[in-house]
Amino acid sequence: MITVTNLKKSYRTAGEEYPVLKGISFEVEKGEFVSITGRSGSGKSTLLYQLGLLDYPNSGSIILDEVDVIKLSPKERTTMRLTELGYVFQDYALLPSLTAIENILVPLLMLGYSKKEAKKKALTALEMVGLRDKEENLPSQLSGGEQQRVSIARAIGHEPKILFADEPTANLDTETSKVVLDTFQNLNNEGQTIIMVTHEKEYAILADKVFTLSDGVIESVHRTKKN
Amino acid sequence: MSLSLKPHKKKKIEKFSEQGSFQISSIFCVGVFLAWRDILRANIWTTLLIIFVMAITFLNLVVVSGVLIGLVEGAVIAQKEHYTGDLIISHLPEKNYIEDTQNFLGYLRSLPEVKDVSARFIQGGAIEANYKNKEKSTDITDSARALIAGIDPYNENAVTGLSRTVIAGEYLSESDFGKILIGADLLYSYTPIDTPSMRTLPNVLVGTKVRLLVNGFVREVEVKGILKSKVGEVDGRVFMIDPEVRGLIGRTDFNADEIVVKTFPGTDPLHVKEHLLRADFGKLAKIQTSTEAQPKFLQDMKTTFGVLGNLIGTVGLIVASITIFIIIFVNAITRRKSIGILKGIGINSKAIELSYVLQAVFYGIFGSVFGLLIIYVFLKPYFDANPINFPFSDGILVVTPEGAGFRVFVLMFATMIAGYVPAKIVVKQNTLDAILGR
Repeated sequence: MITVTNLKKSYRTAGEEYPVLKGISFEVEKGEFVSITGRSGSGKSTLLYQLGLLDYPNSGSIILDEVDVIKLSPKERTTMRLTELGYVFQDYALLPSLTAIENILVPLLMLGYSKKEAKKKALTALEMVGLRDKEENLPSQLSGGEQQRVSIARAIGHEPKILFADEPTANLDTETSKVVLDTFQNLNNEGQTIIMVTHEKEYAILADKVFTLSDGVIESVHRTKKN
Repeated sequence: MSLSLKPHKKKKIEKFSEQGSFQISSIFCVGVFLAWRDILRANIWTTLLIIFVMAITFLNLVVVSGVLIGLVEGAVIAQKEHYTGDLIISHLPEKNYIEDTQNFLGYLRSLPEVKDVSARFIQGGAIEANYKNKEKSTDITDSARALIAGIDPYNENAVTGLSRTVIAGEYLSESDFGKILIGADLLYSYTPIDTPSMRTLPNVLVGTKVRLLVNGFVREVEVKGILKSKVGEVDGRVFMIDPEVRGLIGRTDFNADEIVVKTFPGTDPLHVKEHLLRADFGKLAKIQTSTEAQPKFLQDMKTTFGVLGNLIGTVGLIVASITIFIIIFVNAITRRKSIGILKGIGINSKAIELSYVLQAVFYGIFGSVFGLLIIYVFLKPYFDANPINFPFSDGILVVTPEGAGFRVFVLMFATMIAGYVPAKIVVKQNTLDAILGR
């Protein structure tokens, strides 16, 4: 499902090149739940941005669902994000002027679903994250956990092939984090491929595989007891 | 740690090139969806303020040029209303008067399109005032050159509403021998100009006796009324009843110098003119519609003010465009993160840009509609009832449906451009930077 080969990424600050990813390679099978963990500054979020097609690596290759995404044009990358990928952001990234259901509707309408079909799919997604009764709430009227679950619903509404989650529990309390992680596990049990970045080890081990990043390289790959 | 790459089947990336061309309907649907929600959930007072600014801009576009053109249009209307009527017939250049006038008048009155007709007998002359105060016979009296026009008071009033221009004293009656109406341009108290080329009479009021010097005759007459129509051809004349003028100029054949015609509403004066030309009356007189008889300076002023109005309108349009640009730019900049998120979740850039253009169009439409309401419900009726008192005309507000429609179109076009450009600038920014607020 995902094949990454010798991926490198560096940032230029004040004329100097700072390497963040120093040649990363790995594979993820379809239906796998992978967590990427590591210390702050280890490059885990940067790696997710490259995988989620939000940023461009300096070199290396990324194959997502048999597509060499490095060769895609910006327009094609946008299309792939819409059709194949789902993304859950650390700070929820909901559109503040749209209600919960409207946030989920936007990508579905972009995909060409009729309003009726889109609404049906959006309600199903909300149902899956347990927020069916909050569909008309604006993000400002939802708690942090609820917003994160709406964000998940938006990411899974169009049934993406791969779901990326960037520190989805970073801003949540323990109880709410558990609800969010339960949601991921339920999705994974239904066959959803998930790549989750987290710095919390107790959450990372809920995945099938844990990649530990350190200083821009994969330090270890750990298969959890789940398997 | 070593990770081996499994052989993979590379799909052609053209797959995504094809999918990249989303149906226009999806882009439109999302654009409308986002725009409408943004408008609905925006602060109502901010929305009203933007619409108000757009309405004021629209008024600036329409009213400034409308008043400028209306200023000349007021003069054109007055010229037609008080001097030429719908048609003015004058003698041929090689003749001293309109031959066979009575037959001509009879024919005109027989035409179903013609409502009223008035004949004028005109002779150049001079008016003298304050001649009784002369101490010696060699003293020069106050005098002014003027055209003396003999009219049938009833007919003239029916065509040109001359009685409505009387600002002091009374209008003439058919039996007013020895009485005149004098134009305000001949009186110093109304037109305080006294140059060698334009003399005006001081101390002449209603009831003052003045002397007319016409065709070698001198006749003392009394000022019965003073006229002010803001039409030079009327305000520079002296009006008397026609039998008296005919007597002074010895016009015993009743041949007139000018005939003015008023047609029924809805009649095209050009149609009546063509009718008269077909009946060979063109051989007897020069026949002109009011438009054809317009003085050249009025036509030039009309063109000049039209250009001036368009220039001012263009400045207004630029200001409007900048206003919309700033509004949309600020709106887009403050929602930079939202735009980044939309791009991040795969929303086509065109849909995002469209949502901002549609918001700009919304402001443009409502601003224009509000502006049109102000113009047609309030300003136009008000200026029609209370023309602006300019020195040389009663200015009205000229707004034609075509002109207003064109300005709505121009404003909408400028609004769309001004909405699109800032949206494009913000949408073009790096997606990740926008999401992370970098």
